[in-house]
Amino acid sequence: MKLNSPLQVYKYLPQINCAECGDATCMAFAAHLIDRSKKLDDCPPILKDEYKKKYLELQALLAPEIREITIGTGEHAKRIGGDDVLYRHQLTFFDPTAFAYDVWDTMPEAEFLERINRIANFRKFYVGKFLKVDMVAVRCVSGDPLKFAGAVKKASETTKLPLILCSFDPAALKSALEVVRDKNPLLYAATEKNWGEVAELALNYKVPVVLFSPDLDKLKSLALSFREMGIKDLVLDPGTYPQGKKLKETFEKFIMLRRAGIKEGQKDIAYPIMAVPLNAWLVYKDAVTASYWETVLSSVFTVRYGDIMILHSLEPYAMLPEVHIRDTIYTDPRTPVKVAPGVNEVGSPTKDSPVIVTTNFALTYYTVESDLSSNKINCYLAAVDTDGIGVEAAVAGGQLTAAKINDTFQKANFDFKDKTSHGTLILPGLAARLQGDVEDVTGLRVMIGPPDSGRIPGWMEKSWPPKPK
Amino acid sequence: MTKKIKLSELGNLFGGLDVQALEGVKIEGDVEIDLGQMGMNPQMAYALGHETAQLALHLMNISRILGYPVDQMLGASPAKPARLTKLIESKFSVGKIEEWKTPIQEVVLGATSSDGGTRKSTITLGGETALPYYFDSPMPHRNHITMDVFDMPINMAKAVKSNYEDVINSPAEWAKKVVRDFGADMVTIHLISTDPNIKDTSPAEAAKTVEEVLQAVDVPIVIGGSGNPEKDPAVLEKAAEVAEGERCLLASASLNLDYARIAEAAKKYNHVVLSWTQLEINAQKELNRKLMKQCNVARENILMDPTTAALGYGLDYAYTNMERMRLAGLSGDAELNFPMSSGTTNAWGAREAWMVSSPLKEDSDWGPREYRGPIWEIITGLTLSLAGNDLFMMMHPTAVQVLKEITQTLYGGKESEPVNIDNWVGAVL
Ligand code: SF4
Repeated sequence: MKLNSPLQVYKYLPQINCAECGDATCMAFAAHLIDRSKKLDDCPPILKDEYKKKYLELQALLAPEIREITIGTGEHAKRIGGDDVLYRHQLTFFDPTAFAYDVWDTMPEAEFLERINRIANFRKFYVGKFLKVDMVAVRCVSGDPLKFAGAVKKASETTKLPLILCSFDPAALKSALEVVRDKNPLLYAATEKNWGEVAELALNYKVPVVLFSPDLDKLKSLALSFREMGIKDLVLDPGTYPQGKKLKETFEKFIMLRRAGIKEGQKDIAYPIMAVPLNAWLVYKDAVTASYWETVLSSVFTVRYGDIMILHSLEPYAMLPEVHIRDTIYTDPRTPVKVAPGVNEVGSPTKDSPVIVTTNFALTYYTVESDLSSNKINCYLAAVDTDGIGVEAAVAGGQLTAAKINDTFQKANFDFKDKTSHGTLILPGLAARLQGDVEDVTGLRVMIGPPDSGRIPGWMEKSWPPKPK
Repeated sequence: MTKKIKLSELGNLFGGLDVQALEGVKIEGDVEIDLGQMGMNPQMAYALGHETAQLALHLMNISRILGYPVDQMLGASPAKPARLTKLIESKFSVGKIEEWKTPIQEVVLGATSSDGGTRKSTITLGGETALPYYFDSPMPHRNHITMDVFDMPINMAKAVKSNYEDVINSPAEWAKKVVRDFGADMVTIHLISTDPNIKDTSPAEAAKTVEEVLQAVDVPIVIGGSGNPEKDPAVLEKAAEVAEGERCLLASASLNLDYARIAEAAKKYNHVVLSWTQLEINAQKELNRKLMKQCNVARENILMDPTTAALGYGLDYAYTNMERMRLAGLSGDAELNFPMSSGTTNAWGAREAWMVSSPLKEDSDWGPREYRGPIWEIITGLTLSLAGNDLFMMMHPTAVQVLKEITQTLYGGKESEPVNIDNWVGAVL
């Protein structure tokens, strides 16, 4: 965005401090616009006609350096691009890389449907949410526009995920667009050869489109030309070479494009970038090797500026690291990763339920909490305020101590005599060395749980309820 | 294009345009018209091409002003978007980063006989003047990998352990195996049995293990303590003594132990110090400063380890911490422009790397764990390599092999097989 202080934004706001946006003052709201935690439309007064000019001006000034485009419709629609910085610590990255997995029009129907469902149903629990994948890329392998359209139709009936229509043949793209014209799919791709006809499709059907050329002069040429024709929702594919010096060149192209867009403000190429890690399969035939290498490529381009990518392997050992590295890079470094300290109920605990201690580091807390609830273990779970540090480091660093544990229960008015029949507290295995201290400070009986909360169910079977003294 | 033209001149231009529909329009007067401010009629643009279209448009507008029924003549319909008949030519270029003026310190590990050691070859880290693999300037030295060897059997994930069962009781054989079979550039001997809570092996006993490893392999080595802050200085000091002149990496000096004693041993016996802090940029600056100013360790004898957290377990901090340090170093921060080392083996702490299956019923199937572990180690290392990490301490042979392949590819050391990537859309995979 072109503004960098709340004061600059403030000039454009109504300056009436009506607080309708949820902030007490326009200046406070301005600060949220700068850090992008709120949107201009959150201020109702500025939407009125009298402010129209300022609204439009400010909207243009607040627009991210990299164009933000939307693929798909409804709740599964995905935004890509939208970035303002080259390094995540400078603000945060926006719009996590969209992962599309492929299907193709020559697949037997049952396989085709099964594959789409696997893509749509993939989920991995992490820090209070599920990591998922985003899109289905339908490839035209048959070369037959009707067959392709049939596959696209089937895909759109099977899933609400956004679709990418992949063919270099405008006739195939056209017949597919006919069946999903109201679904805002992404067209792949316009090239030096077919650009005129693909541009026509993008205009007529009002859909976003990928431009493909490994030659950056040509890629820019395509982008300029499409923009001139009034097509703004563009994605750039500079070609993903899967190997060797050509892969190094691909890596360099991603850096060049993004640097030009963000650091040098070259609007002509400031569009989302597409990577195709699937190309690993063009050089490696063995499924494990290809899946590994595809995951490697996917990670490289998640870290360095890929906004959307097309992938093939549905092996869990490929998808799990892929969704985790994306979360790693796109997690907002400004957000504290803590949960509120306190004693929480998991399920519906009774007097005989265990009382378990962990830290308020969000990752630890949610991991333990989900391990418990997923295994239907009713209990009390205490989040001790360790400044958001995990168990092992907090024991070493003195943030998790007997006094702090005792404090947590007292502040929560949790009386063991009242709430439990057993007067027992369970420490994490990694905090075993606090056992004596905690017994002394709390006067409770203290048991040591397993070092990983994933093993609590097994531990419960062996060790709970505690044997009478 | 902004040209001024007099109406009296239009007659001549008029003839050059093959716009029959406008013939016969008479234009009089001497009004100046600005020919660049108005938009283009797309229909005309399409028919005539860009340059002439603008002129024709203005003629049309003039004609309209003069009351001539241009729109009916052209059969004007609602404005359609512009179409082009050929691509707009252009050149792409982008500049280099001016702020990157300070090179990262070069550090040599290992010493050959000509330098007072017994290693067959040495390894040089650092020297970068850009982020890794960037086009701004080539990386002078590739990444290197040192593989872990322990001085006693330890708990390992099953997928790791199966590679070392035959050598688990002999650090020397273990060291030979990682160099010979797994392509390790270096070996790390972890003296974990010295921990008073484990076996409390004496520094002198531990030093013998170091000597055995030095004899077993001829690559440079890393000497690691047990992580016990009371015991490590004595252990590393004794190990440094028996390895005199070999330029080993002593792992580690940190703020919570007697780092001065380790620094002293490094200086006295010609080794390199690993400066280790926990995910805190200011702590790293402080320790580096102390090593340089207070202990007089030369810059070429310092490497730093700002801590590696596993993928999904704090890698976001570890990554950004390293990237910030590297950017600061390149931009001139003399307390941070050192090569970096990562304990990539930490990736195996992630439950995704070793658990048989997800403890959560809501998760999709995690699949076989023997494939999950190595890729967890690879992606953890790869991510940090992109942030600027130079040396990787690793454990699984497949992870070592793949990480080498990708880091050397991005470094520029691998040729490509010819492949037609335009074909991916229609490829049968
Ligand atoms: S809603 Fe708009 S006008 Fe009202 S306080 Fe917020 S920013 Fe100011």
